[in-house]
Amino acid sequence: MSWAFLRDLLSGVNKYSTGIGRIWVAVVFLFRLLVYIVAAENIWKYEHDEFECNIKQPGCENVCFDHFFPVSHIRLWALQLIMVSTPSLLVVFHVAYRKNREKHLSQKLYRSPGEIDGGLLWTYLTSLVLKTAIEIVFLVLFYKLYNGFEVPRLVKCDIRPCPNTVDCFISKPTEKMIFLYFLLGTSCLCIALNLSEFSYLIFK
Amino acid sequence: MDWGALHTILGGVNKHSTSIGKIWLTVLFIFRIMILVVAAEKVWGDEQDDFICNTLQPGCKNVCYDHFFPISHIRLWALQLIFVSTPALLVAMHVAYRRHEKKRQFRKGDEKCEFKDVEEIRRQRFHIEGTLWWTYTSSIFFRLVFEAVFMYAFYFMYDGFQMPRLMKCNAWPCPNTVDCFVSRPTEKTVFTIFMIAVSSICILLNVAELCYLLTKFFLRKSRKAGNSKHHPNHENKEETKQNEMNELISDTCQNTVIGFSS
Repeated sequence: MSWAFLRDLLSGVNKYSTGIGRIWVAVVFLFRLLVYIVAAENIWKYEHDEFECNIKQPGCENVCFDHFFPVSHIRLWALQLIMVSTPSLLVVFHVAYRKNREKHLSQKLYRSPGEIDGGLLWTYLTSLVLKTAIEIVFLVLFYKLYNGFEVPRLVKCDIRPCPNTVDCFISKPTEKMIFLYFLLGTSCLCIALNLSEFSYLIFK
Repeated sequence: MDWGALHTILGGVNKHSTSIGKIWLTVLFIFRIMILVVAAEKVWGDEQDDFICNTLQPGCKNVCYDHFFPISHIRLWALQLIFVSTPALLVAMHVAYRRHEKKRQFRKGDEKCEFKDVEEIRRQRFHIEGTLWWTYTSSIFFRLVFEAVFMYAFYFMYDGFQMPRLMKCNAWPCPNTVDCFVSRPTEKTVFTIFMIAVSSICILLNVAELCYLLTKFFLRKSRKAGNSKHHPNHENKEETKQNEMNELISDTCQNTVIGFSS
């Protein structure tokens, strides 16, 4: 069970999407999932080991790391990818339901089960709205948790058992910041694609 | 989900590429992606662990590493490969759209297009002409632009392509100017030069493909202009039109049942 599952899920959805929907799938695959797996994961791999505080007091580093990174950037990124892809399942379920009904009643009810009309259109629009909402929620979460998308080089920490205010240094802050901006950029692109697909379907 | 998935996505494009395009794709997968995954990632694997500064001051190493490597070589290459592969998707999307149109025609029972079944439409190979030519040419142009941009970014960020053994750092909290030693500098330099060389080869292949496509385009145009010059007659104009239609139809329908008399 790994990212291949998400890839298969999204490929399945591709069949029933509009043109813009297919571009969205391609953007998610290439610029988000692939970049996450081949590049971003390795940057955050040793973040705890490389987090260094100017103190020998045992436990201080652990406590400070936990205070500044309640949920690591990379885990939030992974959650975002999974949750943003999930509303597409609604469309897959609806199409399967349609095919099932046609088979059960063994008569042609729909022009073709995959064509976006009537009930399937509402499901599709709902999935678009959910996708956009989830993207925005995660972006706001990132912003609120980390005070923006900047990763500082130095953070000052004075939680027990640290004896006083201690300097703690984050590893690879610039590289992390570049990839976080990349994440922000691709999220905004996906939001724009969803909104344009929504207006295209409404005005069609 | 990894480079293998990219290979699957781009493999489909291979069918509709020129020969130079196929060579480019092979070079991309064997000399860039495979080398990256099999060798380069291991060379850069321990880069921060083995980056040693001559100081015990906590935090100095982190800060110096971040100062000298804002974005690691390996990540830059991964991004370059992803961006360079993406324009090929434009072609894949265009081909998919054409196939979709043919399938629609087939389903409507259009007489112009006689295929035995939908499988044939799926397996059919499109020639690079018309709007597909424009899509293909712009994809090559974008590839060139991305390659050039990344190579320049590399050169600009690292002041050349050589990895120094020693870097002097005096960013806070380092108490004074401190010597920092990069791990495996020679091996990294070798791989950097290798990747740059293969990038340059890919750029040359793209330029050659672009020239080839432009030459084909202008030759075709001059041939058409030549034909119309030699046959200005009205009756022959109809014949030429019929010939063009025949060409179009025989190009797109492999197993045509209807015969044409020209």
